[in-house]
Amino acid sequence: MSVTSVYPKLEQLLPLVKKPIQYVGGELGAVTKPWEDTVVRWALMYPDAYEVGVPNQGVQILYEVLNEQPDVLAERTYAVWPDLEKLMREHGVPQFTVDAHRPVGSFDAFGVSFATEMGYTNFLTAIDLAGIPLDAAERTEDHPIVIAGGHAAFNPEPIARFIDAAVLGDGEEAVLEITGIIRAWKAEGRPGGRDELLLRLARTESVYVPRFYDVDYLPDGRIQRVIPNRADVPFRVHKRTTMDLDAWPYPKKPLVPLAESVHERYAVEIFRGCTRGCRFCQAGMITRPVRERSITTIGEMVQRGIDQSGFNEVGLLSLSSADHSEIGDVCSGLADRYEGENVSLSLPSTRVDAFNVTLANELSRNGRRSGLTFAPEGGSERIRRVINKMVSEEDLIRTVVTAYGNGWRQVKLYFMCGLPTETDEDVVAIAKMAHEVIRAGRAAAGNKDIRVTVSIGGFVPKPHTPFQWAAQEHPEVIDRRLDLLKKAINSDRSLGRSIGYRYHDGQPSLIEGLLSRGDRRVGDVILQVWREGGRFDGWTEHFSYERWAGAADEALAAHGLDLAWFTTRERGELEVLPWDHLDSGLDKDWLWSDWQDAIAEVELDDCRWTPCFDCGVCPAMDTEIQIGPTGKKLLPLAIAGTRGHVPSNHSYEADEA
Amino acid sequence: MARVQPEQQAPVVQRVRIRYTKRGPLRFTSHRDFARALERAVRRAHLPIAYSSGFHPHPRISYVSAAPTGVASEAEYAEIALQKRMDPADLRRDLDAALPPGLDVVEAVEAQGGGLDERIEASLWRLELPGVAREAATPAIEAFLSADEVLVERMTKKGLRTIDARGPVARLSLNSDESGAETAPHAADTDSCAILDLVVQHVTPSVRPDDVLAGLRVAAGLEPPVPPRVTRLAQGMIAEHGEGATPSVTGVESGNGAGPSPAAAAGLTDPLGPDRGTAVTA
Repeated sequence: MSVTSVYPKLEQLLPLVKKPIQYVGGELGAVTKPWEDTVVRWALMYPDAYEVGVPNQGVQILYEVLNEQPDVLAERTYAVWPDLEKLMREHGVPQFTVDAHRPVGSFDAFGVSFATEMGYTNFLTAIDLAGIPLDAAERTEDHPIVIAGGHAAFNPEPIARFIDAAVLGDGEEAVLEITGIIRAWKAEGRPGGRDELLLRLARTESVYVPRFYDVDYLPDGRIQRVIPNRADVPFRVHKRTTMDLDAWPYPKKPLVPLAESVHERYAVEIFRGCTRGCRFCQAGMITRPVRERSITTIGEMVQRGIDQSGFNEVGLLSLSSADHSEIGDVCSGLADRYEGENVSLSLPSTRVDAFNVTLANELSRNGRRSGLTFAPEGGSERIRRVINKMVSEEDLIRTVVTAYGNGWRQVKLYFMCGLPTETDEDVVAIAKMAHEVIRAGRAAAGNKDIRVTVSIGGFVPKPHTPFQWAAQEHPEVIDRRLDLLKKAINSDRSLGRSIGYRYHDGQPSLIEGLLSRGDRRVGDVILQVWREGGRFDGWTEHFSYERWAGAADEALAAHGLDLAWFTTRERGELEVLPWDHLDSGLDKDWLWSDWQDAIAEVELDDCRWTPCFDCGVCPAMDTEIQIGPTGKKLLPLAIAGTRGHVPSNHSYEADEA
Repeated sequence: MARVQPEQQAPVVQRVRIRYTKRGPLRFTSHRDFARALERAVRRAHLPIAYSSGFHPHPRISYVSAAPTGVASEAEYAEIALQKRMDPADLRRDLDAALPPGLDVVEAVEAQGGGLDERIEASLWRLELPGVAREAATPAIEAFLSADEVLVERMTKKGLRTIDARGPVARLSLNSDESGAETAPHAADTDSCAILDLVVQHVTPSVRPDDVLAGLRVAAGLEPPVPPRVTRLAQGMIAEHGEGATPSVTGVESGNGAGPSPAAAAGLTDPLGPDRGTAVTA
């Protein structure tokens, strides 16, 4: 079967839409292969606009890992904006990949990476435009297997009826294993059709196939149990963990788009996982344990990435980058290497710690010291104990004083509102903190030319965290507290005029909460919102709270439930949660005791530096903490100005950390 | 507390002017997109580019009159400042290799002084109108040219604006050259694909090909059924002014042995012409 490009038809539509370049493809690093030369074909989607999706690390890594297989084809697709969607429907153009403009419906597998739940409606648009039935039950052997991944896939129940499978955790090895299963099944002549393929995937115990599990409900609406409806699939599905990141140094060939994207940089993940134990943080909980990439591999990846891409910015990514055991050497080594080359280095996701200012100074030797970002998350020491963000007021002041004293002019502080046990006083305390920062900062800088920006958003309880049982705060309460905070910040006009204030309304968080902790019954809400035109829900200008709330009222009423039941209701210890059959490695009893500690305002240390506290991940997943120091230095790969091209057969040496 | 001062950047020792294209699907590249892509290509090619000084050093590349997004071009121009001397032929080759196919660097010459913008005052555009018969296009062109002014509306950032699409048009004619058909979207449609050649002076506010197409609609009710395909074939100085000027070879041959360039045929001089530098053509 050959597949033809939809480009000739699409080209006629492109002059009529905004930013047509985003649909054209042709990125540096993109791969096209003859269809006939490949056996297993994946379409990979990031369900948001191209400009958001194309820098996504997860998709780039899987794209490259898959395309390195000679008989495997991976192409990418992104959400099309409503202007093009309308034209595509009028002219019969299906959802297409940007690589070779092939119809998504022709691929064997359609993998969708859900970094957030707000992409669900865009996902429905894509499968509908692809000609794939929305309901997985209606699909035939001619349709791709639709597989969800990404952090939201740790509770895929709200989209269970629209997907064929979900993969929890790291994807590098999982996609290859799934590819192997599809390859074998096709080679055997597709025995048993679609069901047999899904069964083979389910038997790996790390691919969740919702159709093989039934959910029973109690009369009060809570879940009674989730059980397999056949004997040959596992009771629980386990997350995947890629150990030894040095063996997976992707992306090697970063995608460089022609269109502008949200992250114009080469990003290298310097470690995966985080055991700081912030209780609100789903990413930190579900990506354990910490696995560091060695300083040697980081150095090689950065050099190759910059040479290949031509980017002039490098991001050292992770959940808390300053926690890398050799971060000091990484930063000074890279700063040495790129001195005078107009390459800027950035270290996002840093904790409140004066050491981070030292790192930032290293990374900004060329003199550009505009802004630093810290995330105290909570305004009072009490609430910071609840969320286990162990930062004292003194830490913060010392950190910002160091920053302002070193020539930084702008500090951004991130907070959350609506945290469990939170009171008005906890939020208003943010204003006092900001005032102190300005006062101390002006003294340290010796002038008034400094600023702090307070950025605050509504807290959403997430599955697989100690706060998974918590009641989400009502949007009205959040909005009221945000208003109180604004007034408190401006209560001192002299200080207040140096303080920027950015906040998000409480309503979108409530819908995110519904989708995060929802069960299969929430699927009706998503479908109704999509049918009523819901698209791009992560974009303020497209998101409609009224549409979501209205659809939730109607669709959930059939089950005797409502929006509040899923969001602002606190769950009990014994309640069966919709994701209990999905194993992130975290012991549910440990999560509960950590939840109780939160309420009691008891802090918990980081297991990298203290004895194990039995969160359960390492024994359950047969994994271990992989951290340095290795004692190595960044290789003096090149001296500025004499760099040549990187040999194409360059290989990476696995480091025994 | 003393602020850290930005590094001083190396001075400019040479300026190289390039002609580049936007072909095929990459005609949808906006100017901003292209500028970013070129800066990255410069880095990948390790060209000794000069940077502006200050806290935000920028590569020193300047552009003239970029074609609108969606319009293909054979004749876009930019000037690149270097901090080390380099053979323009090597620069062309390395930069072209570092850019994606479709964004092709086809010429490079060393600038000898004067501004690139002083060598460009008009563009030659080719307009392909699939679904429009030649017989329909001819009277529309006549009606347009015979008008003193043709007012059309365009949405700008400042709102709806009325401009005269006729004034800056130096030439508008039906292309009778069979070779034009090869760039038509569908070769089989050439019978019903009128091809227009258009020379427009660069004025402020600019009059673009779509304004002239709007003018054809206003003046003669010509409405192409599908979006026309537009290509900028050349830019330069108008060697002979006036309506109905016969194509004169006052420009410079492009040097690729393919005969008079379209620019020359349209009476436009070559901005990279030999009077101030030596052309290096792919």
